[in-house]
Amino acid sequence: MKQLLGNKKAWVSLLILFALAFPMLVGNSGYFMTLFVLACVYVIAAMALNLLVGFGGQISVGNAAFLVIGGYTVAILAGKYNLPIWLLLPLSGVVTGVIGLVIGLPAVRLSGHFLAVATLGFGLSVPQIVLNWDTMTNGYSGLSVSRPAFLSSDIQFFYVVVLITLLVIWVMNNIVKSGLGRAFIAIRDSEVAAQANGIHIAFYKTMMFVISAFFTGIAGGLYAYWIGFVSPDDFSIVTSLMLLAMIVVGGMASIPGAIIGAVLFTIIPHFTNAFVGITNIVIGLAVVLVLFFRPKGIVSLFDFAKKPHSKQESSEPASASASVKGVARDVNL
Amino acid sequence: MQIIISGLIFGCVYGLAGLGMVLIYKTTGVVNFAQGEMAMITTFVSFLFLSSLNLPYLVSFFLALAFAAILGIVIYQVFMKRIQNQSHIFQMVMTLGLFLILNGVAGLIWGHHPTSYPEAVQGAPFQIGSVFVTPNELFVVGLTAVLMLLFFFFFKYSKVGLAMRASSQDITAAELMGVKVSTVFLSIWAIGAILGGVAGMMTAPITFLNINMMFTVLVMAFAAAVLGGFVSLPGALVGGLIVGVFENLVSYYGAPEMKMVYTFLLIVAVLYIRPQGIFGGEKMVKKV
Repeated sequence: MKQLLGNKKAWVSLLILFALAFPMLVGNSGYFMTLFVLACVYVIAAMALNLLVGFGGQISVGNAAFLVIGGYTVAILAGKYNLPIWLLLPLSGVVTGVIGLVIGLPAVRLSGHFLAVATLGFGLSVPQIVLNWDTMTNGYSGLSVSRPAFLSSDIQFFYVVVLITLLVIWVMNNIVKSGLGRAFIAIRDSEVAAQANGIHIAFYKTMMFVISAFFTGIAGGLYAYWIGFVSPDDFSIVTSLMLLAMIVVGGMASIPGAIIGAVLFTIIPHFTNAFVGITNIVIGLAVVLVLFFRPKGIVSLFDFAKKPHSKQESSEPASASASVKGVARDVNL
Repeated sequence: MQIIISGLIFGCVYGLAGLGMVLIYKTTGVVNFAQGEMAMITTFVSFLFLSSLNLPYLVSFFLALAFAAILGIVIYQVFMKRIQNQSHIFQMVMTLGLFLILNGVAGLIWGHHPTSYPEAVQGAPFQIGSVFVTPNELFVVGLTAVLMLLFFFFFKYSKVGLAMRASSQDITAAELMGVKVSTVFLSIWAIGAILGGVAGMMTAPITFLNINMMFTVLVMAFAAAVLGGFVSLPGALVGGLIVGVFENLVSYYGAPEMKMVYTFLLIVAVLYIRPQGIFGGEKMVKKV
């Protein structure tokens, strides 16, 4: 049993199977499919943020602005130039990535709470700009997005979303394991040591922002296509803070952690929305409880499965917490 | 001139809220995102004293501040103390969780409709030179100045202030010298909550009393604190004043709805030139 729990491949195939069977399980209910798609959007966004915060040690409290930009890129370009979806989705990532580059350039000089306030300002400003740039964004009224004819039914587009989410998870997993990911972690643990080992700090920090923005932009594009409508208050600064809570609750510097956190925070409002004001309390309590009892995130619940002989490995959590402390020193928040 | 003066008055409120944040950050290393919600609850409590118990303004003002101190202490004892040794980002997310809980609870108790809140000092505006000010605005400025002075003397000359300065520099060393660090942290949370409460009660007459009233103030206070360097108490106040004046100038000469965008552009520009903030002192070099 424990072996089965620790088997990564089994988990992954189970997850894929569940995703593929999901429309059947809920009887093609539009509500539940929307919930699932939203979870996918947040999974991508949370993984992108985790790359920045968890792996890279660069705090960002404005990542939801990238979702807005991605969504509006799709809405504007689809409405004005009628571009096809296979071009628009990558383009939403590229446009957002370019903006991420603009954000990343000054961010290289900042650290800790100074970076936090710069990204906070970015997260607050983007919805404001969208609101006031009437000619491009249609202000308060928002823009509608129509899906291409061959993907018009929900069930077809659902599988597109699932496919892209799986693809992004796979790519993220590879980024984290590649030299790029190791450079990010090195910068997080010690900038001086990373530099001494020939890592170009400014370049990699900017790269982090670009990659994070790119994937978040794609998530925003998916959202725009699924809902069929974008408005300035789709993703606010609260969404940014929620993304941050997702990765902390799920597990910092862990891809399964980001996924768990994102899914959890998408599902909670589904159960609590019937009572006004309860959602905030429940999410807040979830954050507090996880920090009290599982500071390494929910994903650490599964550690026992990965390491069956836990007595021998008892030194392992200590080193893990040391690396978390490393984040602390860098993030300094 | 009128615009600059009104900006300065807003700036005082930002500065007070920012001061509370800097104080807590400087000593305990926590960026307190729940600061605004703590202030909001305090303001609601003061309104309760005012409207249900019909107490005079000054009495309810001080009762509310006493409540704020207790709230700060409870939050520290119940929540922050337990994760004191965790990394800073966890502590920040904890305050984020507190932000959500406080906001939700306040919404349950007091609902989501804005109510009007009385000014501290009633009276018609009068003219000084070419500028119109209300007595209440003078009160806000005066209160800020008094609090600043109080803090200056408190930190400089009192024994508790010395202990606080010592713990903010090096916790271990302070502990070795016989400073009870946990008591210091406790009082810092209480003082921070009180400062927030003052800012809240000064904000409520302008924005109306509702559960989201402190959000803009919180963000601007954060901005003010960063502009000032985040470790400097006068810096927070000066940062607040700059943010307030700049915001008012933008809304007068430019687009009022874009004031936040321009304010943050200003801050990013300042930080690009001086990454440690205006009063940040030497740039902190990270040790390996």
